[in-house]
Amino acid sequence: MDDTSLRLTPLHGEHVALGARMMPFAGFDMPVQYGSIIDEHFAVRRAAGLFDVSHMGEVMVRGPHAAAFIQRLVSNDVTKLDDGKAMYSVMCRPDGGIVDDLLVYRFAEREYMLVINAANVAGDFAWMREQNLAGAELEDISDRTALLAIQGPRAFEIVAKASGLDLADLAYYRFVVPPTGSFLGLDRVILSHTGYTGERGLEIYCDPDDAVRVWRALLEAGRESGLVPTGLGARDTLRLEAGYCLYGNDITTETNPLEAGLGWVTKLDKDFVGSDALRAVKTRGPARRLVAFVLEERGIPRHGYEIADSAGTVIGEVTSGTQSPVLGKGIGMGYVPNDASFTAPGSRIHVLNRGKAMSAVVAKPPLHKVS
Amino acid sequence: MQFPKDLKYTKEHEWVRLSADGKTGTVGITEFAQQELGDIVFVEIDSVGSQVAKDEVFGSVEAVKTVSELFMPVSGTVAEINPALDGNPELVNSDPYGEGWMIRIELSDPGEASDLLSADDYASMISA
Repeated sequence: MDDTSLRLTPLHGEHVALGARMMPFAGFDMPVQYGSIIDEHFAVRRAAGLFDVSHMGEVMVRGPHAAAFIQRLVSNDVTKLDDGKAMYSVMCRPDGGIVDDLLVYRFAEREYMLVINAANVAGDFAWMREQNLAGAELEDISDRTALLAIQGPRAFEIVAKASGLDLADLAYYRFVVPPTGSFLGLDRVILSHTGYTGERGLEIYCDPDDAVRVWRALLEAGRESGLVPTGLGARDTLRLEAGYCLYGNDITTETNPLEAGLGWVTKLDKDFVGSDALRAVKTRGPARRLVAFVLEERGIPRHGYEIADSAGTVIGEVTSGTQSPVLGKGIGMGYVPNDASFTAPGSRIHVLNRGKAMSAVVAKPPLHKVS
Repeated sequence: MQFPKDLKYTKEHEWVRLSADGKTGTVGITEFAQQELGDIVFVEIDSVGSQVAKDEVFGSVEAVKTVSELFMPVSGTVAEINPALDGNPELVNSDPYGEGWMIRIELSDPGEASDLLSADDYASMISA
């Protein structure tokens, strides 16, 4: 793809003005870093970071059949949602392979929003329409929706300072739609206690025309609290320390949620696309498991590096890897055979980098809290 | 971006500072290279004492985002590694032409240095 065909988020001009290093990501020209990825990472762990994630996709699902449609589409049990609550899930193919991971927001009994990965928007929407036997009303509002994320221990305090809205009591995976005009004068905004960094924080959905106003107001309000603009580089190191899957790396159509450690969002007591195949996987046990690990020696695991056992036999592959800024060590995730000698925390595996075996220990995320 | 005139450059973004007699040199990576790599986490060089031919790999540099190999600008023996990089790899980011130097070499064929790029040639290559 040449640069001229890249799409821009409503905050593109802000990133360029801040001197961000831009990179194509999922068809968008996105900021990787404004300064140092490591500094931005620590800002989120210790104070707060502000992300532009407007490239993410949003689909509205409405009508009397909305709930039935979503319940069959996704692996998690959306009947557990009430108004103002969100839920993490995956949606699968009939063979159990993951089409995408997503958030399901319930606004009302007949109104939901699905938040999907940028690279998958067109494919996901086509998939949803194909699966829409229930006859729900589907609308792709991705182009009309900006998304900012403010993440870190001081995120709520900064939002309160900027807007006067104190959301400190908003529970995890709860969201609010403040009355018109009450949040920075915006007509409509959604404030959701969600994120993908392993820190407390809010995700803020708004009209693209309002995105710059929100971005600047938060940066201004957060300046003294240590808030910094944070790029996709730190987003990746943060989510990896937290042990969260990245679609396209750790989960794909070739992986199923049970082997990916997403059994907690896979409710096999209900029927959904892929549930039959996944019940069979559950019965016989997944052949492999996604594990997280920390390197015991200097090195950085990278996507595609092989994983070997202590005898040097290749047993799997790294799906994501980086240097953990908090641990100062290489960390990663990868698939290994479903055998406790490889999957149990403390198990030793080896990551192969150009013929050199780097020793690693399997660990239970969040990796930045592993002692 | 700075490309000191007294250095010679490679298309792979290394620089070499030659001694007056042209027999020894100091090698590092350019400001452009360190910016492209971003936060450098460590520099891996296990070629010390070995003879490495021009354009062959003498080590690698690991950044948060990516790993990149390091290529010899001219043939020679790797005589010394910058000991400061072990504890402070970020010196490559902050001072790529100074404290962030990587290796000292003894050239086996000083004539090869004439194939290297001047600062101006290198600058026009990366802006092309």
